[in-house]
Amino acid sequence: MSNPGPKDTVQRKPTDWKSKTMRSRIAKRYRSERNFRGIGLGAVLLSAGFLTFLLYSMLSGGLGGFQQTEVKLPIDFATSSLMIDPALLKADKDAALASADIEGITAQAADKAYGEDGSRLLSDGAWLIVQDAIVADPEILKGKTDIWVPAASPLDTAAKGSGDAASEAVVARLEKTGSIKTMFNMPFLTRADSTDPTMVGIWGAFKGSLLTMLVTIVLAFPIGVLSALYLEEYAPRNRWTDLIEVSINNLAAVPSIIFGLLGLAVFLNFMHLPRSAPLVGGLTLALMTMPVIVIAGRNAIKSVPPSIRDAALGIGASRVQVVFHHVLPLALPGILTGTIIGMARALGETAPLLMIGMRAFISAPPTGLTDPATVLPVQIFLWSDEVSKGFIEKTSAAIIILLAFLMTMNAIAIYFRNRFERRW
Amino acid sequence: MNTQTMNDIAAHQSAIVDGPLKMSARNVNVYYGAKQAIRDVSIDVTMANVTAFIGPSGCGKSTFLRTLNRMNDTVASARVEGEITLDGEDIYGSSMDVVQLRARVGMVFQKPNPFPKSIYENVAYGPRIHGLAAGKADMDQIVEQSLKRAGLWEEVKDRLVESGTALSGGQQQRLCIARAIAVDPEVILMDEPCSALDPIATAKIEELIHELRGRYAIVIVTHNMQQAARVSQRTAFFHLGHLVEYGDTSDIFTNPRETRTKDYITGRYG
Repeated sequence: MSNPGPKDTVQRKPTDWKSKTMRSRIAKRYRSERNFRGIGLGAVLLSAGFLTFLLYSMLSGGLGGFQQTEVKLPIDFATSSLMIDPALLKADKDAALASADIEGITAQAADKAYGEDGSRLLSDGAWLIVQDAIVADPEILKGKTDIWVPAASPLDTAAKGSGDAASEAVVARLEKTGSIKTMFNMPFLTRADSTDPTMVGIWGAFKGSLLTMLVTIVLAFPIGVLSALYLEEYAPRNRWTDLIEVSINNLAAVPSIIFGLLGLAVFLNFMHLPRSAPLVGGLTLALMTMPVIVIAGRNAIKSVPPSIRDAALGIGASRVQVVFHHVLPLALPGILTGTIIGMARALGETAPLLMIGMRAFISAPPTGLTDPATVLPVQIFLWSDEVSKGFIEKTSAAIIILLAFLMTMNAIAIYFRNRFERRW
Repeated sequence: MNTQTMNDIAAHQSAIVDGPLKMSARNVNVYYGAKQAIRDVSIDVTMANVTAFIGPSGCGKSTFLRTLNRMNDTVASARVEGEITLDGEDIYGSSMDVVQLRARVGMVFQKPNPFPKSIYENVAYGPRIHGLAAGKADMDQIVEQSLKRAGLWEEVKDRLVESGTALSGGQQQRLCIARAIAVDPEVILMDEPCSALDPIATAKIEELIHELRGRYAIVIVTHNMQQAARVSQRTAFFHLGHLVEYGDTSDIFTNPRETRTKDYITGRYG
């Protein structure tokens, strides 16, 4: 069919593609492309620079936290006034140690070895190490022995090269006799909080975070995914579902401290769950994480092509079979991406946990979901508030642990996401 | 009407053997909300025949096809009035289970839509959810037979574990046909099965339709009138939601009763 179309009303000159204005136009176009690429690259480099700076300052400040300075303490138990019955020690440790003044003996030994102020060179918790050594091997009570105990905080920082002049002189003196050494701080990874920076450990907070995250994911993931599936696949489109959708979107944007207040009101004051417990922390963070998972889940489910649903329905799959055999597996990578974001945010969350009492000073790692505990970000917050200089590097070390936890968690999630990812 | 089409018709009309009545629609109206998409359509589908639905875009032929296995149930605003029976049983009645209906009345879609799973899994999925296979060996047999009937076995028998989505478009569509066949349907509905395929793949599908005709009642929606003439024994012409004319394909193409049919098949509109 030939269609002449409407007649031209205005006669236009033929376009001159080589004209000067045309050429400057093209030059401008290339220029703006170059500029855009430059700005984009600059943005990437800037963020990479910030990240490098962050990692550098964390590592340079925090690696010292994984090191511990120890001082050799020669003790002669035979001449000391220590009264411990080795037989009773085996039967009932606490009773045997109750009347023993190990703290005094330790101080005496230090004074004897290093002069008048010798006990000041040792950490306040040094006697606990002596006690542990006695419990581990009661035979040492019969004679003289050397025990390596943590050095006092000023000495520790001096040995790592950032202490005051007096402490540095002491370190130099001790080094000559070989009675000071710096080694990997294993106890830091196995202990909980303490008032003395040389005696603190991260394990309590780490375990608290682990338990809290466990509660969070066990609650938030299934409930979030099922809500998303119901809303996308089953719920009718009406005013109620619109209202629910708006509410979920708003919930995702609610400041986290509000969730803390909610947890305080509901879980502690109304349901009387134990204060400071990972259970309550996990419940509170689950409330906060769920909207994120629901939103990511709905988007992932929406992006599953309808033709797959048709195909399954067309051979007689029921709605539930369509959802669980086809839609959910295909949406899972997207859902997991949302879950990673939500969980990462929950792991780094401090404010809501302060509201439910997880900022308490807790010197023993939690053994269960209802034990009082703290979590890594709260621990960091608490340590950064301490005046003692020894806490600075401990704070950085705790941040390194938190980041390592976060990366491990994300790596696991990404591994699962890639496993479920299907190519079209 | 060109001679080629005439020849196509002549080649197949001699083969008309009217099987028993399989599906029957009486005074069917379909609404999407307030809009009426199908107006008072009555039609019979018999075994051993291919019934083609033709008509311009938006005439309701696909909509009507989807009422035959209740795929329209998934559209919240869709409403069906009238009676559609399968072997005399009302498919919209309370005694009809929609999941079983869709197994008995299979469907092949416009765009090939294999599951992003292995070729084997694509075919085995239907028999598995309906519990049709007794054990692994039985399932292997169903898969092999379905792929053979769909004319795909020779091409894929050595790579059944590969993803169904890695096949070419035409192979994917035959895989979808194998998937529909695997649940042992009585009727197969095809919604423009060749519209996304090249001419060679189209020819293969058409050939396949001929081979499947004896075993199943086939209903095919097509935009391509030559295709309707080539593959079908019965043709229904839809226009603006009405069933304008329904009869033997040879009659529709050579001697239409209605002017609208004549205008459409001679390319006056559509």
